[in-house]
Amino acid sequence: MTTWTRVCAVDDLVPDRGAAALVDGHQVAIFRLSDSGAIHAVDHLDPFSHANVMARGLVGSRLGTPTVASPMHKQSFDLVTGQCLDDPAVSLQVWPTRVADGWVEVGSAAA
Amino acid sequence: MTSAVPTVHDMTTEQALPAEQPGPAKKKLAVVGAGMVAHRLVEALVERGADQSWDIEVFGDETRPPYDRVALTSFFSDRDPEDLLLGDGSLWRRPGVRLYRGSVVSRIDREARQVHARSTTFDYDKLVLATGSYATVPPVSGSDLPGCFVYRTVDDVAELRQWVLDREAALGRKVKGAVVGGGLLGLEAAGALTALGADTTVVEFAEWLMPLQVDRAGGGALRRIIEQMGVSVRTSTATSRLKAGRDGKVSRLQFADGEKIAADVVVFATGVRPRDELARDSGLEVGERGGVVADPGCLTSDESIYAIGEVAQIAGRVWGLVGPGYTMAEVVADRLLGGTATFEGADLSTKLKLLGVDVASFGDAFAATNGSLEVVYADPTAGVYKKLVMSDDAQTLLGGMLVGDASAYTNLRPMVGRALGSDPTGWLLPEGMEPPSGSALPDDATVCSCNNVTAGQVRCAVTDEGCTDLAGVKACTKAGTSCGSCVSLVKKLVDVQLSEAGIEVSNALCEHFAFTRAQLFDIVRVSEISTFSELVAQHGTGHGCDICRPVAASILSSLGKGHVLDGENAALQDTNDHVMANLQKDGTYSVVPRIPGGEVTPEGLIVIGQVAADYGLYTKITGGQRIDLFGARIEQLPGIWKRLVDAGFESGHAYGKSLRTVKSCVGQSWCRYGVQDSTTLAIDLELRYRGLRSPHKLKLGVSGCARECAEARGKDVGIIATDQGWNMYVGGNGGFTPRHAQLFAEDLTTEELVRAIDRFLMYYVRTADRLQRTAPWLESVEGGIDAVRAVVLEDSLGIAADLDAAMEAHVGAYEDEWAATLADEKKLQRFASFVNAPETPDPDLVYVEERGQRRPADEAERAVLIAGASLPVRPKEVLA
Repeated sequence: MTTWTRVCAVDDLVPDRGAAALVDGHQVAIFRLSDSGAIHAVDHLDPFSHANVMARGLVGSRLGTPTVASPMHKQSFDLVTGQCLDDPAVSLQVWPTRVADGWVEVGSAAA
Repeated sequence: MTSAVPTVHDMTTEQALPAEQPGPAKKKLAVVGAGMVAHRLVEALVERGADQSWDIEVFGDETRPPYDRVALTSFFSDRDPEDLLLGDGSLWRRPGVRLYRGSVVSRIDREARQVHARSTTFDYDKLVLATGSYATVPPVSGSDLPGCFVYRTVDDVAELRQWVLDREAALGRKVKGAVVGGGLLGLEAAGALTALGADTTVVEFAEWLMPLQVDRAGGGALRRIIEQMGVSVRTSTATSRLKAGRDGKVSRLQFADGEKIAADVVVFATGVRPRDELARDSGLEVGERGGVVADPGCLTSDESIYAIGEVAQIAGRVWGLVGPGYTMAEVVADRLLGGTATFEGADLSTKLKLLGVDVASFGDAFAATNGSLEVVYADPTAGVYKKLVMSDDAQTLLGGMLVGDASAYTNLRPMVGRALGSDPTGWLLPEGMEPPSGSALPDDATVCSCNNVTAGQVRCAVTDEGCTDLAGVKACTKAGTSCGSCVSLVKKLVDVQLSEAGIEVSNALCEHFAFTRAQLFDIVRVSEISTFSELVAQHGTGHGCDICRPVAASILSSLGKGHVLDGENAALQDTNDHVMANLQKDGTYSVVPRIPGGEVTPEGLIVIGQVAADYGLYTKITGGQRIDLFGARIEQLPGIWKRLVDAGFESGHAYGKSLRTVKSCVGQSWCRYGVQDSTTLAIDLELRYRGLRSPHKLKLGVSGCARECAEARGKDVGIIATDQGWNMYVGGNGGFTPRHAQLFAEDLTTEELVRAIDRFLMYYVRTADRLQRTAPWLESVEGGIDAVRAVVLEDSLGIAADLDAAMEAHVGAYEDEWAATLADEKKLQRFASFVNAPETPDPDLVYVEERGQRRPADEAERAVLIAGASLPVRPKEVLA
């Protein structure tokens, strides 16, 4: 059963720029892409540096896949799957997102 | 590391060396002489692992480790002799290799196999003589007067320079200089004297200049060009005596024809003589005209002693260039490892830039071959003389000489002995000739004659050794690492080989743009494009990445297209530029207010201190004379900056690829040595260039006198005060590959200086590659620093007005990014820690106290602290 947490208005998200949010005690990085309008959410914790910084990474694309690069040491991650594109052993958890009444909601599995 | 003097052993440390480790007995090699050829020998031995079986001891009489004697004249433009050192010094730190500097070998005892140096003896199994040569001074009366010099060592050159500067000061007028000898070294010396501001006359005994390299017509062309530069030339002139003035110093030259000229300084460049007296004294066979006689294996009349370089006479002659010396060094290295290599003579081709004039001579330049044909092109008005020597059927190139324009040299020299395959005149015409494509050159053609590297070896480096760029091939083969004249040809070979191997040679920025940064800069500059999405839609592909987005942001900012947080620009900035602070390892930021020129009032210091205390920020003084405040959380940045801006501070751009600081010494206003007001200049420059976005960070420095307390030569632009004004240096940096800045212009007024820096910086901003600092940029510009100097000081590209206008626009449009951000409610929203809890601190941050300040806890400390043990110190929380 997924619990949905309302975090902000869609317009609060700057296109192609991330924002951090607290979801059910977790730090989540949320991105709104300018081209597709899609909203993605992944862990805010950078698995390489162990700092909560992923929302401050640069958004981009690699061969068509939307990506975010860690601002610490620039490893890129697939925003859709959370997979690190520079190290197959590392990935970010992906969080489900949806838009309801102009609000962004992030889902978390209920305990 | 390059500026560090390599560690070398002197006689005292030798005494203190520990006993040899037990093991297979190593043989002892003594190398007498520590010049370029000796360096190459040791390098070749170490590369082949010979230091496993040999202990190598090198004795040099100079106090310096081996340096690049060929580049001696560069000592005048770049006055640090350490820049001339060969290699990075690691060679001399290897176990089993020892360099004894300042150690004259007084005797070789061949019977006992010992060399005597200073007051002790060293055993050897094999000995290599590499003592080089002396500069000769003709036996004319007065040639030993004070003010007479030769041109051979760094010390010679340093003394000459000091003499000229002292005489100029004492006489209160331009110094008159004379160079006796109009050959290669003489013209080098004339260039050096001219650069020191002397009125110079070159005196040559032969009928024309450079008689060993060029023919009468070529010498005539050379003379015309040199005279146009203000250097006087007298040929067919013998110097009969030198006379002193009343002060005992040299004052005039008298010639055999009775004429005389005034001279306050005289340089003898009449030739060299092998330094073979050690060999004579020990009974080795020595040639009639000097030089230790050696066989093609470089072995002397003693089977334990080799001779290499300019002291050796092989095949009946002494070889006075570094290229053949290097070949001999390789031969001996091979022999010492049991090989049978021989020295079969060498290519004596030369290409030089003397007084800024290209001169090249290669192959049978004087058409000595029977029936050879000469194809000549001469244009006296353009100052060009070119000649090709062809076989009697006009098919095979035998040699040639080029004066005034030697651009064809690189392509022609490897073709010596081969069919040119086209009308030879095509090579001589000003518009030049389509050079042979990289693949046309046969494998056995020598591409780099200094290091004897063939086209085949270069290709091999790509196909077999896996080199994928020019730098890799240079490191692997040494091609192009000495005089550098073949680099363009080597690059062409590498590129062809790479593309044949299916490896794409790409200058593209990233997968989204097939352009270099400089090309993108021009695209944005000449178009109406002002956003990344327009740029990627019109000239790129995809959605960008962490490489091209910040590049686009920097270009848009350099061209004055908006605040870093305006509109779409915000999504292009690295987090540092986005929040205008420097990201640290735990996700917090550091804050650096601008302190122009390092000058700060006590009241300012108190404000910074109070802000740091209130927010619990770790405080450290930076290398750029300002104060860094660490540990600011993203949501604290606006509050911190509100207080700093209110106190009159502004962004220091420590986060940006932009001007960081202009470091200065206190200068004339306080210092008893200062000759100019360095602090005021530093402040003015920092305020002028603050906020200028550039390909990489930019640092400047201003020193108020030659003592250089501001370390300006370690900066991208360094300024050092002189009695007359300012000297400007460019291309220095610290960091991973430290560089000393090179002299760019001398004795500028403040106005001239500012204009030169304006243009230099703007030209760099426009044309450098991404993350390329000024030093590698200067190397990458075609023509190097000279070309950039021409653009900046002489407007050689006709863009100076454009560069000036661009800098004026930057200066006029500057606003403090932090003040502008604080005034914009929308921008301030971006500093929220969490979009749904904007003031909540990151709960995972943990600190410990150290020396009275806090720092992020390490992994072990975190485990303890998070597990609930009592915390030694909690960070001081600040309530907004």
